[in-house]
Formats: sequence, C-alpha cells, structure tokens
Amino acid sequence: MAVTTFGESVKRTEDPRLITGRGKYVDDIRLSGMAHMAFVRSPYGHANIKNIDTSAALDSPGVIAVFTGADLQEELGGLPVGWMLPDLKQPPHPPLAFETVRYLGDAVAVVVADTAYQATDAAGLVEVDYEVLPAVVNAEAATKDGAPQLHQEAPNNVGFDWEVAGGDYAEAIKDPDVIVVKERIVNQRLIPNSMETRGVVADYDAGKGNITLYTSTQIPHLVKLLFSLVTGWPEQKVRVVAPDVGGGFGSKLYLYAEEVVAGIVARQVKRPVKWIESRSEAYVSTAHGRDHICDAEIAGKKDGEIVGIKVNLYANLGAYLSTFAPLIPTYLFGLMLGGVYKMPNVECKVHGVFTNTTPVDAYRGAGRPEAAYLVERMVSRFAQEIGRDPIAVRRKNMLAAHKNGRAVTTGVMYDSGDYKANLNKALEIFDYPAFRKEQREARREGKLLGVGISTYIEICGMAPSAVASSLGAGAGLWESSNVRLHPTGKATIYIGTSPHGQGHETTMAQLVSSEIGIPIEDVEVLHGDTDQGQFGTGTFGSRSLAVGGAALFNSLQKVKAKTHRLASHLLEADPKFVTFENGTFSVEDIPDKTLTIQEVAGQAYAAANLPPGMEPGLEEVSFFDPQNFAWPNGTHLCVVEIDPDSGQVKVQRYVAVDDFGNVLNPMIVDGMTHGGVAQGIGQALSEQAVYSDDGQLLSGSLMDYALPSADMFPMMELDRTVTPSPSNPIGVKGAGEAGTIAASPAVMNAVIDALAHLGVKHMDMPATSEKVWRAIEDAKEARRAARSAARARG
Amino acid sequence: MSTEITVTVNGTAHTASVEPRLLLAHFLRDVLDLTGTHIGCDTSQCGACTVHLNGEAVKSCTVFAVQANGSEVTTVEGLADGDSYSHVQQGFWDEHGLQCGFCTPGMIMTAEALLKQNPNPSEEEIRAGLAGNYCRCTGYQNIVNAIGAAAKAGR
Repeated sequence: MAVTTFGESVKRTEDPRLITGRGKYVDDIRLSGMAHMAFVRSPYGHANIKNIDTSAALDSPGVIAVFTGADLQEELGGLPVGWMLPDLKQPPHPPLAFETVRYLGDAVAVVVADTAYQATDAAGLVEVDYEVLPAVVNAEAATKDGAPQLHQEAPNNVGFDWEVAGGDYAEAIKDPDVIVVKERIVNQRLIPNSMETRGVVADYDAGKGNITLYTSTQIPHLVKLLFSLVTGWPEQKVRVVAPDVGGGFGSKLYLYAEEVVAGIVARQVKRPVKWIESRSEAYVSTAHGRDHICDAEIAGKKDGEIVGIKVNLYANLGAYLSTFAPLIPTYLFGLMLGGVYKMPNVECKVHGVFTNTTPVDAYRGAGRPEAAYLVERMVSRFAQEIGRDPIAVRRKNMLAAHKNGRAVTTGVMYDSGDYKANLNKALEIFDYPAFRKEQREARREGKLLGVGISTYIEICGMAPSAVASSLGAGAGLWESSNVRLHPTGKATIYIGTSPHGQGHETTMAQLVSSEIGIPIEDVEVLHGDTDQGQFGTGTFGSRSLAVGGAALFNSLQKVKAKTHRLASHLLEADPKFVTFENGTFSVEDIPDKTLTIQEVAGQAYAAANLPPGMEPGLEEVSFFDPQNFAWPNGTHLCVVEIDPDSGQVKVQRYVAVDDFGNVLNPMIVDGMTHGGVAQGIGQALSEQAVYSDDGQLLSGSLMDYALPSADMFPMMELDRTVTPSPSNPIGVKGAGEAGTIAASPAVMNAVIDALAHLGVKHMDMPATSEKVWRAIEDAKEARRAARSAARARG
Repeated sequence: MSTEITVTVNGTAHTASVEPRLLLAHFLRDVLDLTGTHIGCDTSQCGACTVHLNGEAVKSCTVFAVQANGSEVTTVEGLADGDSYSHVQQGFWDEHGLQCGFCTPGMIMTAEALLKQNPNPSEEEIRAGLAGNYCRCTGYQNIVNAIGAAAKAGR
C-alpha cells in the first residue's frame, strides 16, 4: 500500500486490464437483443440524390429496417457548431444527407440488421441514383469565380474571413534595411487514425423514454448536451458513456452524425443498436486535420533582428462545419504567430473555405502545429536568406524569461517560461558544434546530414471560459471534480475529463494520494459516464491536468479543510496547532494525539461528535475555471540523414527539452512526448491525405496512407526545464500536444539544412523520397544551368 | 450455410457452427466473447488482431475461422498464469509500453512470437519485428523498451 507523491513515476493502474485483454471498448459491449447498423455512403464528392431504392436491402436476410435521410429528417435535426465567429456562415448539416451529398463518405442511409455482416451485406443493396455535380477540393481554388458551389449560404464557398493583427507590419517593412522573405507554405491534410475507430452502442429504454449512448468519445458530457439540443431529447433522459477509448487525437471531440442516428434508430426499432466504424470508413467519415495553404512573409534585418510576420491563409473546412472547426485555423493558429520571439508586428488573414472533402477539425495540436510550423520554418528560412545561423537568429529575437505573464503582439498573455534556458539545455545535450563538424565531414564524403531546430510555444489548458466565450465558444470550458471519501477512508472520485490513453486513472489517483495521504490503491477514479458524476468538459487541448487536475486539487483542499476542522474537534485541540502530514493529523508537541484521515472520515459519517454546524458526510465538488491558458514551450533538435540516391530521409537523432511546468508523473509525460513527436515526424516525412480533383480520396486506407511504423524513429532523448504555470494552483502546463507541435518544423528544418548547400530553400511536407530526390535533382540541374550560363557569359 | 468447427483456444476446445466467411477475429470476439483481440483496420495492416495459430503469430482478420478448424489458438487472454503476467506483459507495464491500450494485445502477441524466434533481439531487430503493428500513441519507444525488458527477463 503506497502513498504516492507529486513528481513520482507511478506505474499505471489502467494497465493490468489492458495487457490481459480485459479492457472494455465500445465494440466489446454486448447487449441483449442488440442489432447492428451499417451506413450507405456517397461514392462521389458532390452529387444530387435523385432516388433511393431500399427494397432489395429490406428483403436481405436479417434486415430489420432501412432509413434514408428523408425518412429521419425531422428526428435527426442538424449537427451543431460549437464555436461562433463574426459573420460565420452555417449551412445546415444533416446527419443523413437527403438532397445533396457534399463529400465522399457523406452518409445517405442506414441499414439495421441482426448481425453486422447482414447489415453490411444489405447496405450494398441500397440503390442510390445520383446526379454527379462538379466538385472542388482545394481551398484556394474553391474561392475563385466559377468554382463549384457547395452551399447557397456561403457564396464563393467562404465560411468566414477572420483576421488578427498587432503592431503595424506594413509600416515596419518600409524601413529600407528590412528584408522580406516570402514563401508559400502548405500544411497538408492529415487523417488522425486513432487505433480504435469510432463506434457507438445506443440502448433505448422504452419504459422510461431514456437513451444511453456508449460511444468512443473524448467529450461524453458535451455529446450528451449536443445530442439533446439537436434531437430535442430531454437532457435528463440522455446518458452518455465513454468506456475505454482507444485514442482520439482530437478526432473524437465532436458530436458525430452516427451518434445522433444511433440514438434515433434505437428508438425507432426498439432494440439496442451498435455501429462500429471500419477503418476504411474512418478515412472518410471521421474529421481530418490541418489542410492549410498559406502565403507567408517574414521581415527582418541583416543582423538577424526579425521585425514581423504576415500570413494569408486558406483553411480548408471540408464540406460542413464540424463542431470546433471555426476555432482551429483562427484563434489557435493566428494568436500563436509570434512564437517565442519579440515579433513586434503580426498581420494574419484567414479564409475558412468549404470544399467537397471530409470535414476538417482538430487533430493533435489543432492550429498550433500549423502556426509553429509556419513560424519556425520562416525563421529558419530568414536565417538562411541572410546567411546566419538559425540558432543565433532565434537567440537574438527570443523573449526574455518571465514568471507571471508576458503580453505579446497578438494580444495574448504567455504565462511563464524561460525560452533561452530550453535552448541552452537542448544545445548542451546535443553538442551543436560537434554536429556541425560532423556535417562538414559527411558532406565531403557525399553524405547529406542536416540539423533542424524548433523553439516552439503553444496555447493549451483550454480554457478561461469568459475569454473563450468572448471569442465564440458555445460552452464553458472549465472542468469539474467530485471527491467522495467513504466511511472507511477509501475514496471514489469522479473527474469531468475523459481519458483515451492519457492515464487519468493513475495520475488523478496519484494527485489524491499525494494531497491527502491515502494509498493510491484506495482511490477509484470514475470518468466518462454522465450518470455517475457532475458535468465535465472532456479531454482535449492538453487541458486535463491543467484544468481538471486543478479542479481535483481544489476538491481535495476542501476535503482537507473539513477533515482538519473535524480532526481538531475530535482531538480537542485548537486547529492552529493541528498539523496534517502523510494522512495523519497530529497535535503539535503532543506526540500520541493523532488521528488518521481514515479515522476522521469514519467520524464524519458516524456524525456522533461533529463540530457545531458541520454537516455529516465527506464529499466535495469543485468547478475550476482558469484565469489564463497554459503555455508549454521548448526546444527540439533533430538530425536527419538523406540518401542522395533515393532521397530517403532517416531521422538519426531527436532531442527535446520541454517546459511543461510542474510534472506530476514524469513517466506518463515522457510517453506522451514520444507519441507526440512521432506524430509530428509522421506529418513531416510520410503522412498525407490526397484527394483527386473530383473528390475521390486516393489515400483512403491504411494501405495508401503512410502511418509511421516503429522503424522510422530513433530513441528520442528527452529533458525538461520547469517554470511553474501561474494559471492553475498546481503549476502544470499540459503535455499532450507539444511533441506534435514541435516536431514537424524541427524535422523539416533538418531536411532543408541537409540540402541547403545545394541551393534548396523550402519543401512542403511530407518529405517523401520522391520529393526529396526531385529537389536534389532540380538543385543539380539549376547549378548546371548556372554554370553553363556563366561559361556563356565568360 | 454453416460449417461446424472445433478450435482449441487458450487450452479449451470450442465447437461451433459458423459461416464459412466468418473471420477468426470475429469468431474469437463474437462467438467466444474473447474481446481482448482487437480489430483496428480492414486491410490487414494494423496488427491489433494478432493471435498465435499453432504457435505462429497471425493476423486473425486474415484467417477464416474455418481455416483454424482443428488448430490451437492463443489470444492475449491466454498469456497470464493467474496474476502472474508473461515477461512481455510485465515489460509493457513496467516500461509504460501502452497508452490507450487498443494496439496492445496485438503488440504483445507479436512480441511473444518475436522473442520465441529471437530471444535476444537488438533494438533494430525489435523495430523491424514490429513492422506489421501500428501504434499511434507511444511513438513505439516504450514498446521497444518493453520488449527489450521482456527479453532480458527471459534470459
């Protein structure tokens, strides 16, 4: 029986069930009489539905019912948007399309059958007569005159125009000493690929009129609220359960069509229904990420001083607005364009554009990886242009260390950080001079070695509700906790966050144990069942510990305060002289006058001798709303070797120094950093969603989409600096997304560094063998042409 | 149209009448209710459904249940001896080799087979041995460490 401490690498309490095959994911749920659903999806990017013939499907063995979009139009309502922007266009988003399909995979009908095999068979027998329409998949092209139009509510397919500015960029570049470097930067579309696809089981209780949705989600409480709002189902009769969830990375952070359809269909057929997304289906029906086309400028002087950055972004929204789509390419992108630099002038325009593609929303980092990639690429690009070392340029422009708030050009307030300390520590681990020497020697041998750096910062710990609301949030973004100490002194807590790999059952219990001194084994952590506890917001935006952990910490302070008062009363001592340590209350200078917290808990329930006015029992709730976001930051360094003959890029070394504020469980934080970095490397080197011009997804399966495998990575070398965040009482910042945010620019800067002496200045991700090989060949050709031009002149 | 098959799973013989098209993965999960074997894709790439068929690691989504007739199958549920985990399971726990846990059963079954063939693999050999298994959470680093730790424990 162990009492754990803050900062200890406690092994995960989730793992015994997960390593023995006893986890419980949605697909593991079996209910009596459960039927199965399969969706009929559009095979076209854009088409009108002329007719749907369900007769053959209805005759197929085991089929219970077939519903089209028109059949359920009224019951299903429209999918919601959870973030408003000024003049945001909000075209209707029916869960089942009934007039027009607007992307490959848009669902048009659902088949319900006794078995999953039967449902899939019958879905193939639903005959849909389509009138195919012209499609557009590129966000910039979609805004041009004559482009196919998706929604009458959004002329030229523009969903919103948004901007942020600070300083005066136009004025700053009038200085004759200022050099402006321009680059078109494409941040490619990605497909999240959590290893568990989505899935939902809907269980309708006809007697009570209640519905239970078991769904693979990051936000059970928000799913409950949004499901209720969309369908009109009374909220108190809706229960949502997120069981074990097999990863999310942002893609399970919305109310999805299938969740709404499952609830309504279960009521229609009066049987529990299950839908499990196939992987190929997930490629088109689960939200994608990124997809930015950006014209960027960075301006500065020959001595390395950067004076500003300007951005004009076409952000692809996909065919409809997903729940948080308007937030991602606006605030989470534009506010981060100053990076860790003084960056006195920032100008950013964003055009959110509808296209005939799967809706785009948050994917690990969500807006911040796009911003960090842009800033870090442009800073290195600027250094290359003026012939200076990218590290020297960074150092020259870096913000000074601060402990409690630093206002930056985009109008936000960074919480705390020592950016140069990260840089220095990373360089020390890495040994930069030694690498540059090795690189020179390697070049002499014809090898291509490069180092890339990114000194990133990101905004997380979502979010101060009043600030978020003023920017467009449709719901509060606080977090909640409930701590119940039982009469035996054991604890059950309910947290509003909803883990899907983050290990909250361990870390939250660890926080309880470290605060009130009960063994971690005595803490049961409940989450993800809206009937078990108070409303919570969920797990996304690296918020669970910075906001949810803070809520738990506050509940624990209330428990401590009550037990302290009760213990003092029972010990017949002045509370001033009663101390609490390691789970025991003691009276100063009287060694044998002690009570354990377990004994005090028993007394709270026995209620035989309570102080005047104290209520019996021992249960406390807290709702924590932070005053500011949290801002993790760090320095990542990456070495790549490129095979000059094939263009293949191999990551040889990866060093990361991060400031996550205080760290509760280093083992878990390191694990998240590994995974985050791997996803960033994946974007840099292999992953890319590709659509044909008519809206077919060419990278539509795991055979065609290059998910990173184990042999792509070296052992990552991690270290930390710590500047506690003033945004929450436990000083933590959040670690879930930082690796992804930092890694892709570090890798791409390394790729360009390896090729820079050949004349290569920029390359869009992913740096596939073919793209790198072409860049090498093009550079050779350009040099040959330059030489012959010189000869001709001479 | 059904076929009667008998498959010994984790030491217990099961006889069932199945459709010829039923995948072994679905037989284990839906007929025998052994839901530790996960299904993460439909193109035989992800490896989450890896089990042992007559001692060899196979992706149970690419084997029909009828093909396993008369065979011995081991799933992740069959590895631990009571509360005593296999070296690989223990390695995954000790080295934080899992986060969401969805790929974990397939990773563990693949690692068990890998260590049977090569009890002392190098880091490179471990990474190559995981070529058929995807993980999206861990960046593979602690999975590699877990398998290394299991190899050490087995020596």
